[in-house]
Amino acid sequence: MTDGKVIVVTSGKGGVGKTTSTAAIASALAKDGERVCAIDFDVGLRNLDLIMGAERRVVFDLVNVVRGEASIKQALVRDKKLDSLFLLPASQTRDKDALTEEGVSSVINELKMSFDWIICDSPAGIERGATLAMRYADAAIVVSNPEVSSVRDCDRIIGLLDAKTIVAENGGRMPKHLLVTRFDTERAKTGEMLAIDDMVDILSIPLLGVVPESKDVLKASNVGSPITIANENSAPARAYMEAVRRLRGEDIPVTIPEDRKGIFGKLFRGRAA
Amino acid sequence: MNLLSLFSKKDKSASVAKNRLQILLAHERTGSGPDAMLVSRLREDILEVIKKHIEIDPEAVKIEMDRDEEVTTLGIDIELPVKASEQA
Repeated sequence: MTDGKVIVVTSGKGGVGKTTSTAAIASALAKDGERVCAIDFDVGLRNLDLIMGAERRVVFDLVNVVRGEASIKQALVRDKKLDSLFLLPASQTRDKDALTEEGVSSVINELKMSFDWIICDSPAGIERGATLAMRYADAAIVVSNPEVSSVRDCDRIIGLLDAKTIVAENGGRMPKHLLVTRFDTERAKTGEMLAIDDMVDILSIPLLGVVPESKDVLKASNVGSPITIANENSAPARAYMEAVRRLRGEDIPVTIPEDRKGIFGKLFRGRAA
Repeated sequence: MNLLSLFSKKDKSASVAKNRLQILLAHERTGSGPDAMLVSRLREDILEVIKKHIEIDPEAVKIEMDRDEEVTTLGIDIELPVKASEQA
């Protein structure tokens, strides 16, 4: 019996790339042969289905399962390309209060028995949906853009991860990983953008990866295929695959992949916990 | 070749995005609730019919939907136990 690891992808701020990152990371893990379930916690405004290209096949959702209207097995949507990747969609018609703590807890416990990884895509904000998405996590991926408001919101989320999760309430320490997205190497060089080192310094959590700003990400969401599947040689896909290796415990230096062939970005010393 | 066709060839992924959104929103605007209820009822009825002939695990019946522009297809996947053919 597997005892799946529960990861929450969170940020506080909206639009920084939580859903894109959830889809990219879940797909990269599944491509490695892991059994992965991605859960969309954004009740009322679901989008993970669209980014994963499963929107036409959604029948039941997380709220149906929590309320006992459908079994988990019925609600899971299998990925068209990767056999070991599943999506548990959020409800589009209900609101966030439709989720209960007990309901989410039992869904996650059941998923842990048949999946290696459960990736929870948190909604923006710090309300019910976001706190429920992180509540049962074993580790957190904190997504931030190199931009002041995003970093500030991450700091707030880190505070919640250390206070409102089961791990924290039991006196444990929630492992947190920083994933910087939409990073523009050129602008960082000229000092126009927050540097990675500064972000790590301010937030004081280890770096999981740096995903460069790229046109390929938009193209991937246009066609409904996670970037790690749509274009696995693109710079952002390589960044996500590197982040996944680190998530799986490999101790490798963080690079910022670039689009030009064979050239890798500057090395950073950040390490995942 | 006119100007329009020049533009449409610019990036195929954007037109894929538009098409996907049109299909999705057409379904969402009419309300996605009935879909789930319909599938639920169909599932129950289909199970009843099958049970008349063979013993199956209710969990072994998987119903999938695929919504397209013109039609929605319903896929029914039933895992038959090894002995099913003998009984039937």
